[in-house]
Amino acid sequence: MFDVNEIRKDFPILERTVNGQPLIYFDNAATSQTPNQVIEVISNYYRNYNSNIHRGVHALSQEATDVYENARQKIQHHFNAARAHEIIFTSGTTHSINIVASGYSKLLQAGDELIVSAMEHHSNIVPWQMLCDRTGAILKVIPMDQAGVLDIDAYKDLLSKKTKLVFVNHVSNALGTVNPIEEIIKLAHISGAKVLIDGAQASPHIKADVQALEVDYYVTSAHKLCGPTGVGMLYGKEELLSQLPPYQGGGEMIAEVSFEKTTYADLPHKFEAGTPNIAGGIAFGAALDYMNAIGFETIAAYEQELLIYATEQLKEIDGVKIYGEAPQKTAVISFNVDEIHPYDIGSILDKMGIAVRTGHHCAQPIMDFYKIPGTIRISFSFYNTEKEIDTLIKGLKKAILMLK
Amino acid sequence: MSIQEIQEEVIEEFGIFEDWMQRYEHMIDLGKSLPLIADEFKTEDNIIKGCQSKVWVHAELKNDQLEFTADSDAIITKGIIAILIRVFSNQHPKDILAAETDFIDQIGLKEHLSPTRANGLVSMIKQIKMYAIAFQTQLN
Repeated sequence: MFDVNEIRKDFPILERTVNGQPLIYFDNAATSQTPNQVIEVISNYYRNYNSNIHRGVHALSQEATDVYENARQKIQHHFNAARAHEIIFTSGTTHSINIVASGYSKLLQAGDELIVSAMEHHSNIVPWQMLCDRTGAILKVIPMDQAGVLDIDAYKDLLSKKTKLVFVNHVSNALGTVNPIEEIIKLAHISGAKVLIDGAQASPHIKADVQALEVDYYVTSAHKLCGPTGVGMLYGKEELLSQLPPYQGGGEMIAEVSFEKTTYADLPHKFEAGTPNIAGGIAFGAALDYMNAIGFETIAAYEQELLIYATEQLKEIDGVKIYGEAPQKTAVISFNVDEIHPYDIGSILDKMGIAVRTGHHCAQPIMDFYKIPGTIRISFSFYNTEKEIDTLIKGLKKAILMLK
Repeated sequence: MSIQEIQEEVIEEFGIFEDWMQRYEHMIDLGKSLPLIADEFKTEDNIIKGCQSKVWVHAELKNDQLEFTADSDAIITKGIIAILIRVFSNQHPKDILAAETDFIDQIGLKEHLSPTRANGLVSMIKQIKMYAIAFQTQLN
């Protein structure tokens, strides 16, 4: 049975104070907290078997390599990838997307079309804009409506024989919208286009099955799901990743090197130049173990309760406007209060120990769509409580009084 | 009053507050009395970069003194600019250039100096000083 108070004991940071107040951490969409169990894995690595992987004949190197590759398999199984070498360790979602975007530099021609959605994070917009600059491809945008839902009919109209790539987030970090990626992928494939799904925001809440989805590329970061920062993964279908040229050159990603000719390694190493974040990769696997032990369905159900509770409470406050009311949402609420600037409310909440995020959330197109400077965003995780939401609501009411 | 004297006045004023809430309430109040920038000067040129909120600052030379007007769409930011303008407005450019800004720390608003805060406080001070340099050059 899920006991949030027991779970919270795994996260010592939740005991700390901020500005003299108990910390209420509602910025999980930016980064999640890390439980003792995962911190231990990292410390244990450095204390007991730190060694460079894949290269050594000695025992420590072998041990580190085994644990690291074992973590890769954990990620493979979590996302139900067919092969372990379809999981590339990267430094995070942004890096993962750049690997693919860069890879298509030679595979696209002027006039080819790429489709992005109106609710993407900058990391799933900018690399593609750069790709368009390099290749002469054209970027088209799937529009969204006021509720923060993508217009799938418009998407169908955008798809054509010229469409080569489609990129959409599984879940919007600014609005919490869960996008209908199964349908998006099916439609793209009918047009002969490949799909990259940004799973950074989704992966702490939804367990994606990449084979069932038939998605071509799926990316995420460990720090969104109780893992450390600095590590993430790129899943790609074997036949697709094999076609992409390497992103970074260096050690590890080679087969043979000479000044006359260098040949590249197979997957996954082709995309894993240099010494990786070994402890990070191992901890990524441990974070998945931790969350799977609790159970993703349990986590999602609990977070939905928090979402419903907070949404109800917020709606009772005069002047609150919530952005993003898709029929399916993860536990994220972006809102404003009348004409008050989100920065003002965020600053005062911070003084009360409540951590929320304000601003454009790296999704300026969304803010432009709503014609606002930004929003206040609260994002929950399975270690937040209704009591914390009560404190937020009280604090919010106080802040509004001060600012009106 | 000299810049130094005004700064001391501000420090004394903030000294009577016991907690952050009182300080912020005072800042919000000060923001309401900010000498507002005329709409015609709310242009792209006059926007201070590096803010989560929009900040406009305009300067005019009157009798060898620099007069600042400003506005922001965030209330707390307005309060901060109001304090800065109280300290630096209607002063000679060379005095503005020579002035220290550690009084901000002393009134308990040091956190607003953090670059990550992106409220443009640092940019605002820079902009005020740049205006001072520009007008000082004009005067010479």
